[in-house]
Amino acid sequence: MALTSQDIDRIANLARLELSPEKSERMRTQLNDFFGMVAQMQAVDTSGIEPLTHPVAVLQDVQLRLQGDVVTETNQREAYLRNAPAAEQGLFLVPKVIE
Amino acid sequence: MSTQDLHHLSIAALAAQIRNHQTSATEVAQHFLARAKARQALGAFLAVDEGVTLAQAKAQDAAIAAGTAGPLAGVPIGHKDVFVTRDFPTTASSRMLAGYRSPFDATVVTRLAEAGCVTLGKLSCDEFAMGNGNESAAIAPVGMDAPAPVRNPWDPGRVPGGSSGGSAAAVAARMVAAATGTDTGGSIRQPASFCGITGIKPTYGRASRYGMIAYASSLDQAGPMARSAQDCALLLSVMCGPDVQRDSTSLDIPAENFTRQLDADIEGLRIGVPAEFFADGLADDVRSAVDAALKEYEKLGAKLVPVQLPRTQLSVPAYYIISPAEASSNLSRFDGVRYGHRTAHPADLQELYKKSRSEGFGDEVQRRIMIGAYVLSEGYYDAYYLQAQKIRRLIANDFQAAFQQCDVIAGPVAPSVAWQLGDKADPLSSYLADVFTLPASLAGLPAMSLPVGTGAGGLPVGLQLIGNYLQEARLLNLAHRFQQATDFHLPSPSDI
Repeated sequence: MALTSQDIDRIANLARLELSPEKSERMRTQLNDFFGMVAQMQAVDTSGIEPLTHPVAVLQDVQLRLQGDVVTETNQREAYLRNAPAAEQGLFLVPKVIE
Repeated sequence: MSTQDLHHLSIAALAAQIRNHQTSATEVAQHFLARAKARQALGAFLAVDEGVTLAQAKAQDAAIAAGTAGPLAGVPIGHKDVFVTRDFPTTASSRMLAGYRSPFDATVVTRLAEAGCVTLGKLSCDEFAMGNGNESAAIAPVGMDAPAPVRNPWDPGRVPGGSSGGSAAAVAARMVAAATGTDTGGSIRQPASFCGITGIKPTYGRASRYGMIAYASSLDQAGPMARSAQDCALLLSVMCGPDVQRDSTSLDIPAENFTRQLDADIEGLRIGVPAEFFADGLADDVRSAVDAALKEYEKLGAKLVPVQLPRTQLSVPAYYIISPAEASSNLSRFDGVRYGHRTAHPADLQELYKKSRSEGFGDEVQRRIMIGAYVLSEGYYDAYYLQAQKIRRLIANDFQAAFQQCDVIAGPVAPSVAWQLGDKADPLSSYLADVFTLPASLAGLPAMSLPVGTGAGGLPVGLQLIGNYLQEARLLNLAHRFQQATDFHLPSPSDI
C-alpha cells in the first residue's frame, strides 16, 4: 500500500513541516522506497513478544526513576531568553493566537 | 622530545609529560590549535576559540603547579557538536541551531573538564547526528564560508563516516588527542573504522545523556574516540558513571577504571563469529582484513566460535522505524519560539512552526521526522513502531543466546571502506550500510571499532567487537592486546 501525495500532506501537517510540491513528490518516492524495505518486518512472528523499550531491561529490571517534587534549579530566565529568537519583557513572543 | 611530535604521543604519555613539566598544557594547546588551523580544509571543526582554549590550558597549568590537577590535565579534546557547551556555540550541525549558546555544559563535557581535558573546539557531524557520511552537516566549518562535508584525512575525496565524522577526522589527522562522539546506530564505530582510529560505545546508560542533543533517546550513547584502546579506556573511565538526577535512563552503576584489565591474558577467550556478518554484501577487502585480524586473535590464544545472529538484516527496518519515531518526538521541541531558527514574518502560529522547521531542518532530518510522525500516527503504531520494538527484543535475545557460546562477538564494522563523497545520495542505500552496527545498538550492548588493516586504496578497515552488557573492560582488553601485538593503529595519513 503505497503512500499517496495526500498521505504526504497529512504526515507533513502532523510533523509541522511545509514541503514544496517538488519536495513533497521526492519525499513520497523516498518514503515508498523506504517502506518497501520495511515490509520484511511484517513477516516476522512476534506474537507473545514483549516490546523492548529500555535495552538494558534484557539484563536487569529497569525502572524509570521519578524525581522528588522539589525545586532543584535556580531561576535562569535571562540565560534561557538569550537564545530566544523573539523575546520582550522576560517573555517569549509568538504571533497573535486569540483575536 | 621536541614539541614537533607532541601529537604523536599517547594520552597517557602526553598527560605524563605535562604533569612532569616536560611541556605544559598551554604549549600542548598551542601546538594542537596550530595543527587544527593548518588542516581547516578537512572541515572537521565547526567552532574554535583560541582565547577560551588557552584560558582552559592556563588553568590546567596552574592546577598542576598547585598539585590539584586531574588525571587528564592538559589533554586536548574536541567535542562532537551535539554536546552542549557553555563556552562554545552548539549547533548539532543544523541551521536550526546556528549560533545557539547553551546556558550549561553536558555532563560528559563537565566530567572530562574536571579530569583536566582542555577543549579545542566543536566538531562537525551529520545534522542532528542523523547520517553515516557526515555529508548532511549544514553549518560552515571553521575557515569556510559555506556548509561542507568533513573530508577523510586518508583520502579527501572520501567521507570520514558519520555521524561523528568530524571527531574521527580530527583524531586521525592529529588535530586533537581525542574526541567525544555519540553512537545511536553506529556513529562512533563506523567513522572510527573509516578513519583508522579506535572508538567505543559503552553499554546504553553508562554515560550520561544530559546535555547531549537528543536524536533517538533509547539508543543515543556517548563514547570516546582516540588512537588506541588504552587512550579510550582512560577517557571512558572519566566519561561514565551515574547521573541519576539529570538523566532518567542513566544506569545507577558506579564508575569503573576501564584500564584495570587492559593487559589481562586472553588465552582461551571465546570470540564468537556470526556468519550473518560475513554474508554477501561484505566487500572482499574488508573481509580479508577482518579475517586476518581474527587469525591474529587465534595467535594470541583466543578461540574462534561460530555463532548465529539470525535477525541481523531485520535490524535495519527495526532501527529505521524506532529511531525516526523517537526523533520526531524529540525534535518537536524546535518550534521557532524558545530557541533556534524562526521564520521571518509568520502570519500565524501554525505558519511559525511549519516555516521555521522547514527552513531550519535539512532534507535527511525532515525525512526522518516524516517517517517518525507516520509510524506513530493512529492506525500505524502497532504495525510499525510496536512491531519494531518487539523485533528489537528478539535481536537482544539473539545476542544473549550467542553469549552462551562465546565471551565476545567480532565482525566487520561496515560492509565497505569509506566511500566517495556523494556516493550514497540515495537514503536507502545509506541506511543499508549500517547493517553491522545496528544490532548492538538496538540491544544496547557495548561495542567498539579498532583499526585492523587496510582495504582498497590503502583505506582503513575496522574490526567490530561487541560485548555483553557492562563488559567494556573486556572489549578494551581484547583491543589493547591486539594493539600490543600489531601496529595497525599507529600509522597516520600522509601529509598529516
